[in-house]
Amino acid sequence: MSPTSQTTASSVGAVADASRLVAFALRPKQRPARDEGYAELVRRYRDDDGFAELVKAVCLGLDLVVLDVDERHGLVVASTDDSVFAVRMTEYARRTGGEGKAHERVLHALAHLGAATLAYPRPADLSNPAYVGRVSVNGVEAFVREACRHLSDAAVEAGDDLDPSADAPDLEAAWRVYQRRAATPGSGDGRRVASSTIGMVAKALTFLADQGMLTRRSDDDGGTYATTSRYRVQVAEAGSRMFAELLALGITEITDGTGTLTHVEWTEKDVSLL
Amino acid sequence: MEVDVEPEVPDAGSGAGTFRAAPRDGEDGYISENAVASAGFAQRVKALATTAPLHDLDARKAQVQAADYSVYQMAELALHAIDLVTIAMDFDAGAHPDAVLRDLAARVAAQAPDRTSREHARVASWILENLLNVGSADRGFRTVYGVAGPDGYDRRTFDFKLLEETRGADGELYLRASNEAVNVLVGALEVDLEAAHIAADVRLDILIKRGRLNEAQAAAQNARYRTIQYGEMLRQRLDATSRDVRNVDWAEAMPAFIDEALAHIIERYRAENAILVNLTEVRDTADTASRKAQAARLVEVVRDCLRRHDQLQAGLQTAGRRFRVEQDRQTFALAPMRAALDLHAQLLQPVLARPVAEADVALLRFFSPAAGLVVPHALRLADLFDGLITPPAERDTLGEVVEDLDLDVDEEPARFPDASYEHLEALLDLDPAAPQRLSGLLADARARQDADPQAKDLPLLVVVRVLALAAQEIGVARRHRDPTVLMAVDDGTVLDDPDFAGADLLVARAEVVQTAAAEALPDPTKTDENEEGAA
Repeated sequence: MSPTSQTTASSVGAVADASRLVAFALRPKQRPARDEGYAELVRRYRDDDGFAELVKAVCLGLDLVVLDVDERHGLVVASTDDSVFAVRMTEYARRTGGEGKAHERVLHALAHLGAATLAYPRPADLSNPAYVGRVSVNGVEAFVREACRHLSDAAVEAGDDLDPSADAPDLEAAWRVYQRRAATPGSGDGRRVASSTIGMVAKALTFLADQGMLTRRSDDDGGTYATTSRYRVQVAEAGSRMFAELLALGITEITDGTGTLTHVEWTEKDVSLL
Repeated sequence: MEVDVEPEVPDAGSGAGTFRAAPRDGEDGYISENAVASAGFAQRVKALATTAPLHDLDARKAQVQAADYSVYQMAELALHAIDLVTIAMDFDAGAHPDAVLRDLAARVAAQAPDRTSREHARVASWILENLLNVGSADRGFRTVYGVAGPDGYDRRTFDFKLLEETRGADGELYLRASNEAVNVLVGALEVDLEAAHIAADVRLDILIKRGRLNEAQAAAQNARYRTIQYGEMLRQRLDATSRDVRNVDWAEAMPAFIDEALAHIIERYRAENAILVNLTEVRDTADTASRKAQAARLVEVVRDCLRRHDQLQAGLQTAGRRFRVEQDRQTFALAPMRAALDLHAQLLQPVLARPVAEADVALLRFFSPAAGLVVPHALRLADLFDGLITPPAERDTLGEVVEDLDLDVDEEPARFPDASYEHLEALLDLDPAAPQRLSGLLADARARQDADPQAKDLPLLVVVRVLALAAQEIGVARRHRDPTVLMAVDDGTVLDDPDFAGADLLVARAEVVQTAAAEALPDPTKTDENEEGAA
């Protein structure tokens, strides 16, 4: 912390204000445009370096990281792994009735990654603050399933389309898990089943909408959503963390940044789902 | 849902290319061409291409599975949609999507009023999404056109958008119409904006001076579209600044641009003010009401142009300050430098190919930051203690005693007084052998009413009762073992009465004869065994 003269004068008050700004960040649906006090704190964060340092210190103590500050979405913070504010997959997935096993966790996380990928299909979209993505429940489901189908085709072509070992279920490829899970098992009365992939994607998008990262636009295609600027910031952070993890495992590559999505072939059925 | 306009335009290009394939001026009877015509040709092809997505809507409407959209004129509705967005957007904000959908749905409804409003809303959103081209990755349209040059036929691609979704400064979602979309509205070629703006104003001025208000209406609308288009261009430049100050050359290009724009706006402001003065004069001296109304509408349009110019001028004048603020912010804010990530190629595909155990670890790294935060409940021991020692509220399983409410009986007063009913009984106590006409009963009723001041509306009661009783079922009478049943038969005679109209019914009392079979089997549903003594 390097307090300037502005903050030392009333450092207790400044800490209270800094904490208040962090508290605003914990209510993701609040926006500076709707709350004059929030807007004032955001301006102060920008103009007063001492105050900004204080906010970061408060975040550090709470195991949070400041990702972005902007008049549109206010302060965006991300949790570190140990933070009490982190959304834990075991908590998130348990509520769907799953057993919290690796398969279940992977499917739920894939729903989130699929939504982010469809919302920002090209690298340029993720770095463009003005870009508004659009996702629908059926669209995300079809999108991930299509990616799995491609991997399945590739596996057949390569001749290693062996069924997974029964003794080591954790060695089964992720795409097989997704492909095996039914999109919508019949519930008899047309409702979604939480354990279907459609149900998981719907849960993910509803959850993100509750977090102020998506806004619901219509009920078409199982629910259509538009992204907010906050979602872009969080996806960029989440993506870079996951990228680092994959890089450590040595299983991803650096691309030239032009995007690869055009290689995915869409069948007529998938297009009609969008 | 990439709208593929390719098949149409190369046809237009190559069709024209046939007679210009060999650019030998004047020789061999070929029609000569020059570079100017060629540039103009490219503009015309592009202008044509921007309308292709609109025609495409009409071409595809029959393929929509959800409902029969073929009754709607989709191209017209799409033009309306662009129009609504264009008029609603200004320098500060775009058009609100919900408002656009609502207004568009009203126009959809006008085309097919017998369809449900739900379908109208669906059509409106279908049009809007197609204009945004939601399904495609870059949300745009692309066409290929060709120009014949010295090196032969040269194919180029032309990318354009019609409507765009953007987030405003307040974080709300807005729609904005693109330059091409406004060109579609104006029905013009791609031209220099400032020149077009001046031309539109001059045209409007001349038409008003000559008193041709009908044509001036279109010209005024044209001038307004140009104003909007110009404002949009300025806004985009200034927005680029706030995104990244390095996008824009603030040393030379931008100050020159702002000076030019300010000069242009001041000039337009003067010209349009002059037009407004002429126009108000026309309005005030107009001889007919329709002419007055026309002039008044024109005044509105020109005022809107002036208002937009005010806004533009304010925007331009604060541009310099905005730049300095942004420069401060962007230079000194620590921007976490993130490499552009390709979510599909670098994350989704690799992770799908990994075994579950590895994918699990990597995906969890993504999930936690992407899902946001949860705020755990903070519980004070004192609160918990209070909560625990508070005895549970006693609740009787049967609930509270239901109090008998003291209700006033609010009975509806009888329509007819009791005296009337007594007379009715007497009137309808007919001899089964002597049926009566309704007219006779009515005459009798009127006579009784005159005799008895207590009886009121007796004729009406007679009619009501005759109609009600005449419709009663025989089964009921049989079940109740009534000796007779009242019947009314229409034999075609017309009732001649001052108060009632209709058939002069024959009213009779028919005896119900209980047959032996009915006695043995008293089934109320079997009525056919009753012998009816019809009048």
